[in-house]
Amino acid sequence: MAELTYREAVAWGIAQEMRRDPNLVMLGEDIAAAGGVFKTTVGLLDEFGPERVRDTPISEQAIVGAAMGAAMTGIPVIAEIMFSDFLAVCWDMIANEIAKSRYMTDGQVSFPLVIRTANGGGVRFGAQHSQSVENWAMMIPGLKVVAPSTPIDVIGLMAASIRDPDPVVFFEHKSLMATKAEIPDGEIIDQLGQARIVRDGSDVTIAALALMVPRALEAAAALEADGISAEVIDLRSLVPLDTNTLLESVQKTGRFFTVEENPRLCGWGAELASIVSEESFWALDGPVIRITTPHIPLPAAAALEDMALPSVDRIYETIVKSFDAR
Amino acid sequence: MFQILTPSGALNQESPLEVEMIRRLYRAMVFARTYDRKGTALQKQGRLATYAPFEGQEAAQVGSAAALDPDDWMAATYRDGAAMWMQGYPLELLLAGRTGDERGGSPPVHVPVLPPSITVGGHMVHAVGLGWAAKLRGESRIAITYFGDGATSEGDFHEAMNFAAVFSVPCVFFCQNNGWAISLPREEQTRSETIAQKAIAYGMPGVQIDGNDLLAVYQTTKEAIERARGGEGPTLIEAVTYRLGPHTTADDPGRYRAEGLTEEWRRRDPLERVRLFLSEREVWSQSWQQQIEKEAAEEVDLAIERAEGMSPLGPGEIFDAMFESLPPHLARQRAEATQQ
Repeated sequence: MAELTYREAVAWGIAQEMRRDPNLVMLGEDIAAAGGVFKTTVGLLDEFGPERVRDTPISEQAIVGAAMGAAMTGIPVIAEIMFSDFLAVCWDMIANEIAKSRYMTDGQVSFPLVIRTANGGGVRFGAQHSQSVENWAMMIPGLKVVAPSTPIDVIGLMAASIRDPDPVVFFEHKSLMATKAEIPDGEIIDQLGQARIVRDGSDVTIAALALMVPRALEAAAALEADGISAEVIDLRSLVPLDTNTLLESVQKTGRFFTVEENPRLCGWGAELASIVSEESFWALDGPVIRITTPHIPLPAAAALEDMALPSVDRIYETIVKSFDAR
Repeated sequence: MFQILTPSGALNQESPLEVEMIRRLYRAMVFARTYDRKGTALQKQGRLATYAPFEGQEAAQVGSAAALDPDDWMAATYRDGAAMWMQGYPLELLLAGRTGDERGGSPPVHVPVLPPSITVGGHMVHAVGLGWAAKLRGESRIAITYFGDGATSEGDFHEAMNFAAVFSVPCVFFCQNNGWAISLPREEQTRSETIAQKAIAYGMPGVQIDGNDLLAVYQTTKEAIERARGGEGPTLIEAVTYRLGPHTTADDPGRYRAEGLTEEWRRRDPLERVRLFLSEREVWSQSWQQQIEKEAAEEVDLAIERAEGMSPLGPGEIFDAMFESLPPHLARQRAEATQQ
């Protein structure tokens, strides 16, 4: 057993896979000697050397594009985009090339490619370095989308993403970097497309992702004191999406809430709301309610950023109110 | 501008190729032109979707591809059918791609050629990745990427060139400066005096050559390939040529360029000067010309027959080609799409 932070778990997960597969390489800005600006790749250069842990110029399009070219030849590649906001700089490569090329080769070419990126707010980085953009990736056919909320999931889902023959966009949350967990010995490997019920409950279902998972759990504890039993689901991957876990939970509770950090319009919760309404309408005892960041740029000012992101209080109050409204 | 074979078929310097090889490459250029003209004709008959002709650029494509080893990577564009065919891409798949069949993007696995890039510029970065992969594996293969003068204004060009130089990957950047990016002339594309000079900024050699000269193209590309294979990194080649036809079959160049200019370039036809060279050495005859044109037409017709003979893809196959295995949400959508 070792106690690891979320940030250490990133390097741990990558190292586990680089030891297993000598062909696995990674590239990105400041990932080698600097160990990553979020210190998520510390130690990898020392263990695996500069050929496999490769610093690059500030060239997001070339980072993911060269990664794609190498992956097409069968070399598994991890490409780091420092901030998920910068995915917009290389969105052509991700949305038009990486996501489409298996289809455009009639399924011939696999893409053992993981694009890792630091996502989300809470660290006062402002409108261009704090966005939650997992919904951007979710809406492109051909990409898989993963966002772990705990150190163990970081390792297990990292391994699953690296071993997956399709391109995965892997969102690491900035505000979770310092969170800690005991990591069991031995290899950790998880599975994509499986949500986890992180708290059992019978009155409401709360679906959350990444930083919103601990907040939903905290809100659920407060709701318990009010006699509302909340089931919290950590989605963990948006594509593939574990709709079974979701729908089974709603069948049981009859009430469905999403807690989303992405801005409201076309956030991932809208898709979940649609699925739940279509599949489990008759099981619902109330409207599906989305708790999201408003559709605004994320402010850098502490008080304003705190106001914008779904907080424990807002989650709690929204759910309590929905019961009061009956 | 580097030139070996003049438009009148005379040699400026010693030929890098034996006469017999030049004769074979001339035949390849005749094949390429036959295929290209058929492509336009098929589009006009409604049998192909949009087609982008490369007439006038045969020497640039055939001469450069002839310098490759069979396992060298190629990342080219929708206008590079001749180069791709030279490196083993089946003609029928090039045509199938133009009918909207995604199997056209899936050459046999031993063919080291990416499907034609439809977006402008992205494939240059992929070529860097292909070269990087070869380097990581310790292979001796190199990557060549083809693009036009217009693509050099894309950010991808800058990122690919810079990355290739910094990573010192075995990559050859082959620009066919054909004078036009749809309607925008080369002089409005960049204020650089040459495209080749852009290489200086990236710390790699850049060479401007007569792109309608098969021999200059071959020799320059060969040297760049040898540099790459020898671990000396990338090279930029600017092959100055001309797009004799429209951008695509959906375009009318009469709206933006003078007919006289095109006529002037017709007199610098890349096939004609090789024909004159061969004729001078008495290894060209009218009857041989007729024979190779006939063979070319037969081969292209066979490719058309094969492309049109492919059973149509159904909607289910779109879903099946997206991921290694079908995720549940797509399984359901697939079932809905294939129900009718």
